[in-house]
Amino acid sequence: MAVAEESGRTREAGREVRELETAVVRFAGDSGDGIQLSGRLFTLSTALAGHGLETFPDFPAEIRAPAGTTYGVSAYQIHFGGRRVRTVGDRPDVLVALNPAALRVHLEGLAPGTVVILDSGSFTERNLRKAGFARDPRTDGTLASFRVIGIDISDLTKRATAHTGLGVRECLRAKNFFALGLVFWMFDRDLAPVEAWARARFRDRPAVLEANLAALRAGHALAETTEIPQLPSFRVPRARFRPGLYRALTGHEAIAFGLVDGARRAGLPLFYASYPITPASPVLHQLARMRGLGVTTFQAEDEIAAVSAAIGASYAGAIGVTGTSGPGLDLKQEAIGLAVMAELPLVVVDMQRAGPSTGMPTKTEQSDLLAALWGRHGDAPVVVLAASGPADAFERAREAVRLAVHHMVPVILLADAFVANAAEPWRIPDLAREPDWPVRFRTENGDFRPYARDDRMVRPWVVPGTPGLAHRIGGLEKDEFGRVSYDPDNHERMGRARWKKVLRVAEDLPPAELEQGEPGDCVCVVGWGGTWGPISRAVTTRRRRGERVAHLHLRHLWPLPRGLGELLRSFDHLLVVEMNRGQLVRLLRGEYLVDARSHLATRGRPFAVDEIERAIDAMVEEHCR
Amino acid sequence: MTAPRLHPRDYRSDQEVRWCPGCGDYAILRAVEKALAAVGADPDRTVFVSGIGCAARFPYYLATYGFHGIHGRAPAIATGVKIARPELDVWVVGGDGDMLSIGTNHLIHAVRRDLDMVILILDNEVYGLTKGQISPTSPVGTRTPSTPLGSVERPLSALRVALAAGARFVARAADTDRDLPDILVRAHEHPGTAVVEILQNCVVYNDGAFAHVTGREVAAEAQVRPVPGEPLVFGAARDKALRVRPEGGLKMVRLEEVDPADLPRFDPTERELAVMLAALEPPMPVAMGVLLEDPAAEPYERALRRREEEAAAAGPTDLGELLRTGPVWVVPG
Ligand code: SF4
Repeated sequence: MAVAEESGRTREAGREVRELETAVVRFAGDSGDGIQLSGRLFTLSTALAGHGLETFPDFPAEIRAPAGTTYGVSAYQIHFGGRRVRTVGDRPDVLVALNPAALRVHLEGLAPGTVVILDSGSFTERNLRKAGFARDPRTDGTLASFRVIGIDISDLTKRATAHTGLGVRECLRAKNFFALGLVFWMFDRDLAPVEAWARARFRDRPAVLEANLAALRAGHALAETTEIPQLPSFRVPRARFRPGLYRALTGHEAIAFGLVDGARRAGLPLFYASYPITPASPVLHQLARMRGLGVTTFQAEDEIAAVSAAIGASYAGAIGVTGTSGPGLDLKQEAIGLAVMAELPLVVVDMQRAGPSTGMPTKTEQSDLLAALWGRHGDAPVVVLAASGPADAFERAREAVRLAVHHMVPVILLADAFVANAAEPWRIPDLAREPDWPVRFRTENGDFRPYARDDRMVRPWVVPGTPGLAHRIGGLEKDEFGRVSYDPDNHERMGRARWKKVLRVAEDLPPAELEQGEPGDCVCVVGWGGTWGPISRAVTTRRRRGERVAHLHLRHLWPLPRGLGELLRSFDHLLVVEMNRGQLVRLLRGEYLVDARSHLATRGRPFAVDEIERAIDAMVEEHCR
Repeated sequence: MTAPRLHPRDYRSDQEVRWCPGCGDYAILRAVEKALAAVGADPDRTVFVSGIGCAARFPYYLATYGFHGIHGRAPAIATGVKIARPELDVWVVGGDGDMLSIGTNHLIHAVRRDLDMVILILDNEVYGLTKGQISPTSPVGTRTPSTPLGSVERPLSALRVALAAGARFVARAADTDRDLPDILVRAHEHPGTAVVEILQNCVVYNDGAFAHVTGREVAAEAQVRPVPGEPLVFGAARDKALRVRPEGGLKMVRLEEVDPADLPRFDPTERELAVMLAALEPPMPVAMGVLLEDPAAEPYERALRRREEEAAAAGPTDLGELLRTGPVWVVPG
């Protein structure tokens, strides 16, 4: 029998039950604590439970930062619930902190009443000092407004796993499974899928498997008994999804899958060349496991070699792709210019991260837009796309291949560290029912001019090995016949043609369209790439309050979508929200002479919804009342 | 399948050659045409890839497929071409600036991977196209507009770099050497990356840079041309030879002073000897010809292809199938 307490809270069998439309759970601990694994397994369970979800893995650049330090804290947040979840969640409802440093890092911004689960076994004087706590926060009032539940997870894990014969250190590594067991009970989750996963994963290490399973069950059992009566449980509704077959999809996977699908639809082998760089390397890893699908991966000696080899592969009749992050994009720019000049297809995936220079390699940012658009010497136009989330990254990746091969042009696909690492439920498309768009190489002899253009300004793609069409291309300016030319009028003509060819790609793309709202609304929030979620949510909440606020989200940054200028001019006010110091806003102001304003932040993490809501409210307050 | 044999001039494109009159590149171009004719190369299946510099204009002058890339990156571009299309015949041409300065990294890694292609390094010990600055192979003391007081840095040796990177075929020749076409044919036949260093005379900025080695009157004394199975004999009177010093390196001896049985015989598959030969500099004789030819390994692109075929046999080959493996769930309609 449930008894109403405060709103959304009831008691059942004497224990508190909290009802939430969506919930946010954050796991935090040392980077060696297996936090990312806990998060991924909780995500798997959440997806299988039928919730909408969005995740935010947040980890340090150091692989094994010194234990117990604040800079070694790794975290994984998941936001899930009874609707399509668009954001990672502003604040957690449950924080699991496996050591004092994790508590310290994540204390800021916690809402009153948040359930904070601590491993009290780790709150030693030494660890408190390392975390920078002068006094024990559990007893000095710091945590007074939260529901703090201290459990000696370390000791209980040791005891639950003692029978496995593993050493103490190894036993302690199962702490994350113990914590997972606790959280599973709180959200009424089935242990079976995670047990099945663990059995497959640790097949070759039976003792480790046994320790993890024992810890998982011990955590779950502890929560179930009344030994910690203050531990609440949660009720979160399932989401209504379109019927179909689903899987969890990360941005990395999405890009790999999209590239493979694009190459297959073009009828070309995929050649992916990359130099290891955070946070792009997982795309290389994913594709390297897909070699049976017409994929060749190539780990190059440097960023320049990676893009050069990709260009070589495109020249030879594959679709050459290179993946990187900001520092690598800088290095590749000269070669991208070569592909512009040679008019060869090329896809460059840039997983943007916080810059400049090395910046914060594992943290997200959107600060490579202008570099992608204009960062090469000479007039070197390319197509620039941006992925707004994992599912969109799949579409953009295959679109990048399509545009590159059908317009003989380099395409830069911008994603970011957040999109790359985030996971969301994805309805698996029925690929067999979608149309292919095969490439046709030029093979006919007679009247062959390497730079003759069709009505879309596109030159023919002739691959070496084609009888009778041997020709030379390269970085020097050429005339239509492929002859080196210093003729002033020819350079004028070719420069215009390269520019126009890229602008015409817009005809092959959907026109500008609003995500929410109507043309002519008072405020239009304009975003691009990985900020889609928080903007979308913030605009939804404002529209529910009756505000005339629209959301426009750009996935095509160059060429810009048809009709964009007209659409932008229909609004009274424009608010461009982006994670940089003002890049899209400069582009829109320059292209359309609109008085767009900015809301900018570069903190290395996604926007919180309420931050965007406040920015909208300020604009509405000033102009729309 | 194979087209009728072509004459060397059939490999010439219709483009007007724009090197300075008298440039060593002309002779090299002729040698390459002869080599292509000798191996019966199909121009439609042959690709020349280059970087930037005088030497890098090469692809324009040949009637094959050609890709004139960016400075230093030719080996990397060629790597992509060869991996994507192993059946193509890929040649890389660059100068000392391309290969031993801005793009050395790519040279090293192309050689290390051992793709089946030929890399020609046209070394003239100077930057020609940018008007005569020192190059990474210029000797100490070279005076140029960028080093008016004479350079102080030591030169790099193309073949020593290639050997350090694990090259299995290295050769050295002068631009006008009569056996250059033969050397190119052997480089082409080698199943792996073949590196050929060609001493190329830049008549404008560094005329006669190699005269002390290649000059007709001095060549016999200034060069050693190893012959398989033979001792390393040289000299106008063929009265000198090379032997291995116990502490390493080669030493010059007079034939009359040694027992010929003590002299090492040249074995082109012997890497240590090739390293010592490649390192010889005046006043020792400079080693010319094929110094190492050790065709043992499987070229990179073939090994890679084999793994891909194995993967295709083992794993899913369809994306739709792959997407449905792993944790999935059904939302009922
Ligand atoms: S500058 Fe020297 S290397 Fe260049 S074309 Fe003239 S002679 Fe040949």
